[in-house]
Amino acid sequence: MSDTTPLLELRNVTKSFGSVQALTDVDLEVHAGEVMALVGDNGAGKSTLIKAIAGIHGVDSGEFIFEGKRVHISGPKDAAKLGIEVVYQDLALCDNLDVVQNMYLGREAHDPFMRLTEPVMEQKTAETLKGLRVTTIRSIRQAVATLSGGQRQSVAVARAVMWNSKLVILDEPTAALGVAQTEQVLELVQRLGEQGLAVILISHNLHDVFAVADRITVLRLGRNAGIFSRRDVSQEEVVHAITAGQPTKVSGIAQ
Amino acid sequence: MSDAAPAFDALPPEESLGTRIWENIKGGNLGSLPVVAALTILVILFSFWAPNFWSPANFNNVIVQMAGTTMLAFGVVFVLLLGEIDLSIAYLSGFTGVMCAEMQAPGSGHVLPGILPIVVALLMATAIGAFQGSFVAIIGVPAFVVTLAGLLAWQGAIQVTLGANGPINIQNRWVNYLANYPLPKAWSWGIAIALSVAYLLAFGVGILNQRRHGVAIRQPALLLGRALLVPVIALLVVFIANRDPYRHGLPLAGVEMALFLLGWTFIAKRTVFGRHVYAVGGNAEAARRAGISVSRIKIMVFAISGLMAGVGGIVLAANLNSVAPDQGGGTLLLDAISAAVIGGTSLFGGRGEVRSAILGAAVIATIENGLDIKGYQPGVIYIVTGCFLLFAVTLDTIARRRQAKTGR
Repeated sequence: MSDTTPLLELRNVTKSFGSVQALTDVDLEVHAGEVMALVGDNGAGKSTLIKAIAGIHGVDSGEFIFEGKRVHISGPKDAAKLGIEVVYQDLALCDNLDVVQNMYLGREAHDPFMRLTEPVMEQKTAETLKGLRVTTIRSIRQAVATLSGGQRQSVAVARAVMWNSKLVILDEPTAALGVAQTEQVLELVQRLGEQGLAVILISHNLHDVFAVADRITVLRLGRNAGIFSRRDVSQEEVVHAITAGQPTKVSGIAQ
Repeated sequence: MSDAAPAFDALPPEESLGTRIWENIKGGNLGSLPVVAALTILVILFSFWAPNFWSPANFNNVIVQMAGTTMLAFGVVFVLLLGEIDLSIAYLSGFTGVMCAEMQAPGSGHVLPGILPIVVALLMATAIGAFQGSFVAIIGVPAFVVTLAGLLAWQGAIQVTLGANGPINIQNRWVNYLANYPLPKAWSWGIAIALSVAYLLAFGVGILNQRRHGVAIRQPALLLGRALLVPVIALLVVFIANRDPYRHGLPLAGVEMALFLLGWTFIAKRTVFGRHVYAVGGNAEAARRAGISVSRIKIMVFAISGLMAGVGGIVLAANLNSVAPDQGGGTLLLDAISAAVIGGTSLFGGRGEVRSAILGAAVIATIENGLDIKGYQPGVIYIVTGCFLLFAVTLDTIARRRQAKTGR
C-alpha cells in the first residue's frame, strides 16, 4: 500500500491553543481502502487533529496533501468539497425526523420550486443502506428516535458515505454501544474500507481497533508515538506506545 | 464479513396497519388522534345538550368565531416546531388590524384604495415578526423576553394610535368581506370541488412519482383513506354550510382557513424550508452541522408568525367591521397558543402538524360556543378551556417521555 500516493497526508501539523501545545509536528496518512486507527490517551490530541482535518480548527503550521496535491482546509465546506465527512460522537441526527430525512439533512433533493423530491431521496437511501448491508432497519420511514444505538450509528455512517465521500472520519463510533451493536458497527466500518473509502477511526477501545484497522497511528501528548501495521504489532506494544511512547521524531532532526 | 445480516434487532419487513398504529401510540406518536376524538365528543355532547348547537347557522357561526384564532395559531405551530414561543402575536394582530383600519379611514389623509391597506398592513406585520425574530436568532435573546417586550410595545402602539379618536369604523369592502362574506351556494360547491380535484391530482402525481422511482407503496388502505379525507371534509363542510337558512353559504373565513391550511401544510411538509424547520426544532446543533442556517430559519419562522398574526388581526377586525383600543386583547393570545397545543403540536419543538391549529381552534370555539348557548358565563368557559389545555400538555409530555423510552 505504501507504494501508492496516500489519499490524505498530513505533515508536521502544529497547533496550539494559547499556551497549550495541542499538536507538535504530527504526521498522519491514510490510503484509499484503508482503515487507519487513531489512538491515544485523553488529551493526546486526537480530537484536535480530526477537527483540523474537518476544517473546524485552523492549524498553526503544517501541510495537508490530498490526492497528491497541497490543499488548504479553512472551513467545514472545504473539507466537504474534498470529500471528507466526519461522523461525530454525538451523531448529529434529528430524532424527530425519519431515516431518509436524516440522510439528506441539509442537502435535500428538490425541484426548481424548492419542493422536496421524496421518491429520489427514498430510493437513494435504500440503495446506500443496501450497499452497506445495513439490513436491521425495518423501515427507512421510521423516526430515528425509534432506532437502537447501533442502527443510529449506521445511519450516521451511511449519511457520511452517501455523498461521494473519499475519506470518512469516525469519532468513537462504538463508545455508547453494547456488544452486539458494536459488532454491527465494526462490520460496517470494515465494509467502508472494502468499498475503497479511506477511513480514520478514532477509538479508545483497542479490541475494536484490532478488529478492523489496517494500520494504527498512536498519538501521545500531541506528538506521534508510532505508526504500526496491525499485523505486525501486539496490543501490548500499542498500549505501551499510548502510555509511555517516546516521540518518533524531534523537531529539526530529519528522519 | 459474512453475507448473513446480524440477526439481533432484525424485525419482519412489513407490518400490518394495526401494528403500525399501535407502535405509533406506544412510541408516543399520537398525532391528531386525541384532538379529533375530543372534538367529536364535544360536538356530540353539545348537540344533545345545547339547543340549536347542531344547526347549519351555528356551524357557520363557529367558523367565523374560530377564524381569527386559527390564523394566529398557524403561526404558533411554526414557532412551536422550533421549540420557541411568540407572546407578541395577539397585540401584533391587534396593531395590524388598527393599521389596516387607519389606512382606509376616510379623512385620515393617508387612505389607500382597494386591497392595498390589507397588503401594506400584512407586509408590516411580517417585517415586525422578522425584526423580533432577528433578536432571537442573531443575538440570542430568549424568545420569551423578546416577544414579551413585543406584547407590551404593540399594546401600547394600539392605544397611542387610537388614543384621541377612539375606535375606527371600517368601510373598505375588501376588508369587511374577509370574515363574514357569505359565498353563494354554487360558489361554495365550486371551490370545494376544485380544491378536491386539485388535491386528488397532486396525490395521484405523488404516487406515480413513487412508482417511477421504484419506491414501494406501503399501506394502500391507509393511502386511499388519506387521499379521500380532504375531499370528503371539504364537501361535508360545504354541504352543512349551504343548509344555513339565514345566509347564502360558507363564510369567506372558512375558505381562507382552508387555503392557509393547505398552503402551510405544503410548506411544512413538502418544501426544503419546512424540512429545515423540523430539523432545527428536533436538534438545532445537528441542523447547524448539516449546513442549515439556523438563524435564517428562525427569522423566517418569526416572520411567518408575524404574518399570520396580521392575517388573524385583519380577519378579527373584519368580523366586527371596526377596531377598538382593546383590539388583540382578552384571551386571544392564550387561545391561539392553546389551539396549537391542544391540536397536538409539541411545546418542546420538532413535533406537530399545521392542521393542529385548525383542530385546536375548533375545540376551543366549540367549547365557547356550546357553553355560551347553554347560558354559562365566560368564567366557566375559561375553566373548561383551561382543563383541556392542561390535558393536552400532559398528553404531550407523556408522549415525549414514551418516545424517549422507545428510542435506543
